[in-house]
Amino acid sequence: MDILITGILLGGTYALIAMGLNLQYGVARIMNLANGEMLVAGGFAAFWFYVNQALSPLLTWVLVAPVAFLLNWLIYQIILRPLVKRAKNRGMLERDSILATFGLSFIGVGVMLASFGGDYFSYSFAATPVVIFGDTFGLNRVLSFVAAVILCGAVYLWMHFTRIGMAMRALAVEPRSAGLVGIKVSKLAAIAFALGGTITAVGGSLISTYLTLDASTGVVFTLKALIIVIMGGVGDIRGTIIAALMLGIIETLVASLIDPGLTLAAAYLLFILILLFRPQGLFGRVRS
Amino acid sequence: MIKTLKRGLTALSLSAALVSTATLADTLKIGAVAPKTGPLAGGATVTQWPTVKLWVEQVNARGGIKVDGKMMPVELIEYDDQTNPGETIKAVQRLATQDKADFIVAPYGTGLNIAAAPIFSRYGYPQIAVSAITDQVADLSSKFPGMFFTLGSTSTFAEDAVKVLADLRDKGEIGNKVAMVNVADAFGIELAAAAKPIFENANFELVYETSYPLGTQDLSPVVKAAKAANPDAFVAWSYPPDTFGLTEQAIIEDLNVKAFYTAVATSFPAYGGRFGAKVNNVLGAGGVHADSAAYQEYAKAHMDLTGQAPDFWASATTYASLQILEQSIEAVGNDRKAVTAHLKEASFDTILGPISFNGNNFNEAFWTVGQWQDGVFHGVAARGRDGAKEVRVKDGWN
Repeated sequence: MDILITGILLGGTYALIAMGLNLQYGVARIMNLANGEMLVAGGFAAFWFYVNQALSPLLTWVLVAPVAFLLNWLIYQIILRPLVKRAKNRGMLERDSILATFGLSFIGVGVMLASFGGDYFSYSFAATPVVIFGDTFGLNRVLSFVAAVILCGAVYLWMHFTRIGMAMRALAVEPRSAGLVGIKVSKLAAIAFALGGTITAVGGSLISTYLTLDASTGVVFTLKALIIVIMGGVGDIRGTIIAALMLGIIETLVASLIDPGLTLAAAYLLFILILLFRPQGLFGRVRS
Repeated sequence: MIKTLKRGLTALSLSAALVSTATLADTLKIGAVAPKTGPLAGGATVTQWPTVKLWVEQVNARGGIKVDGKMMPVELIEYDDQTNPGETIKAVQRLATQDKADFIVAPYGTGLNIAAAPIFSRYGYPQIAVSAITDQVADLSSKFPGMFFTLGSTSTFAEDAVKVLADLRDKGEIGNKVAMVNVADAFGIELAAAAKPIFENANFELVYETSYPLGTQDLSPVVKAAKAANPDAFVAWSYPPDTFGLTEQAIIEDLNVKAFYTAVATSFPAYGGRFGAKVNNVLGAGGVHADSAAYQEYAKAHMDLTGQAPDFWASATTYASLQILEQSIEAVGNDRKAVTAHLKEASFDTILGPISFNGNNFNEAFWTVGQWQDGVFHGVAARGRDGAKEVRVKDGWN
C-alpha cells in the first residue's frame, strides 16, 4: 500500500512534467525540447514569490499561468509559426522544430542564469508528514498530486466536452482534414502550444516545493517528459496520465523491493517494452 | 591651424594607442574555467565563481599583484565549460593559446580537474585544484607535476566521518548500526567503496546499504527502507540535489537517528537557509573554522561584494588557493615554471592558516567533517587544523 501510494504520488509529478509537452507535441506538432526550461522558469517564479513576497506556491499559478500563456503564445507566433508555414510535411516540421526548440532551450538557460544566477533555488514548503493508511508522506508531494489531478482532470474534460477541445482532438488526429471542416488550424495550434507551456510552468511551480532546481536542470525534465509522452501515445491525455502513473509505480516498486539503483534501468526497460510491442504508445493511433 | 590640430590629434591618438598597449602589457591575465551551466553549475555558482570574482576585485583594489617591483592589475577571463570535460579542455587550450593567459584558476569538480590536467601540464600551467577529492593524488601528481591538491582525499573523508561516529559510540552516545547510501556517480561510488571496509574495521554494523541514480526525483523509498532497518546513524555520500532531497525526506519520515550525515552541499548556506533549526546537529562533508577572524572577514567581504554568503567548506579553500597563487607570483615573478617549483617548496599564509604541499603536491591540512550548530556549519574534524568544535548528538528534527 505504501509503495502504491508513493508510486502514485511520483506518477502525479511525472504527469505534471509531461502533460504540457503532450499538448505541444500532440496537438501543435511541436517537439518542444525547451519544455524543461519552461518548467524550471515556473519553479523560479514560485521560489521568488515565496521567498520575497511570502506567497504560497499553491497560489503562484494565478500569476504564472497568464504570463506563461502569453510568453508561449508569442514564442509560437514569432519563432515556430514560420517553421510550420514552410514545412512541407510532418517530418520536416518535426526536424525543424526540434532544432529550433533545442536552441531555444539554451536561450532559456542563459536568460535564467543572467536574471537569477546559477545557484540552487530551494525552499521549504509544506515539508511536513501526512499519514495516509498508516504510512507517512510529504505534504508538499500530496498537495502537488492533488493539483495534478485537478489540472489533468480539467484538461481532459476540456478536451472532451467543449467545442474547442473537440477541435483540438481533431487537430491531433489529422491536421489537414481539420482545416477542411472549418477549424482554424494555425490559431488553434498556437493556443495548444501556449496552453501546453502554461501547464508545464504551473507544474514547475508545484514541483519546486519538493525538488531542488537550478537554471540548468531543465533538460532532465525534458527527457522524462519525452519518455512519458511517447509511452502514452502522442496527443492523448489519458495515455500521458497512465504512462506517468505506470512509471511512478514501477520506479517505486523497484526502489522499494529490489534496489533504488535500478530505478532508471526499470524505467527504460518499460520504455523499450512499450516501444517494442506498441510502438505507437499505449493510447496512440497507428499513423496511416 | 587645422593642420596643427590634425597633427595634434594624430599625436594624441598615437600616444593613446601607446598607453593602451602599455596597460595591456601591465595586466596579469588570469583565466578561469568552470561550469556556469550543466549539472555542476549550482555548486560552482556557490563555491567557485563568487570567490574568484572577490579575489580579483580585492587584488585590483590594492593595485594588483606585485611582479618584479611593479604592481600589475589582474584581468580575469572567464569561460563556462557547461560541466562538459571536452569543453573544459577546449577552454583551457584557448586560454593558453589565444588569450595568452598568464595563469589559470583550476576548474571545478574532481572529474573536470582530472580531465584538464594533461592540458594544464602540456602548456606548463600550475593547477592548484580545490574542488577535486580523490585517492589518486600520488599517481596524478607524478604524471602532472604542476597539479596540486588542497581539499583532501577520498579516504580521509571516509575515515574521519567514521571516526566521528566511532567517537560518539565509544562515549556511549550512539549505537552500532549504520545505514549508508550513496549517489551512483563517481564521487559517491568511490566514497562508499572507501567507507565500507572502514566501517567494518571499526566494528560498525551496516544495517542498510544502497545506491540511487543521480537525479532521482523521489528519495522516499531510500529513506523509508533506511528507517525500517532501524539504524543509529545515517550516512549518505550524496550530491547537492539529493543532499536536499534526503534531508527533506528524513524530516518528513522522522528518521530518528542520533547522527545524520550528508556529503556535498550540506555546507552550503542554502541548506541551513532551507531547513533552519530542523537541521541543527546535522553532519556533513567539509567544514571550516567558522569562528576564526580570517574566515569571518572573508565571509563578510564575500557577502558585501556578491550578495551571497560563501559555503562553509570549499569556498574558503578556493580563496586560499588564489592567495597561494598570488603569493607565489609575488615571490618569483610572472613565470609559470618558477611558480610551479616555488609552490612545491614554500609555505603560504592563507585564510585557512599556513598551507604547504608535500612530496605528492598534497596539502595535508584540511577540514573533513562539519556540523550545523545553531545556524553555523562548524568544522568538527580536521587533519592538521585547529579550531574543531565538539561533535553533538542529533536530537530529532525540531
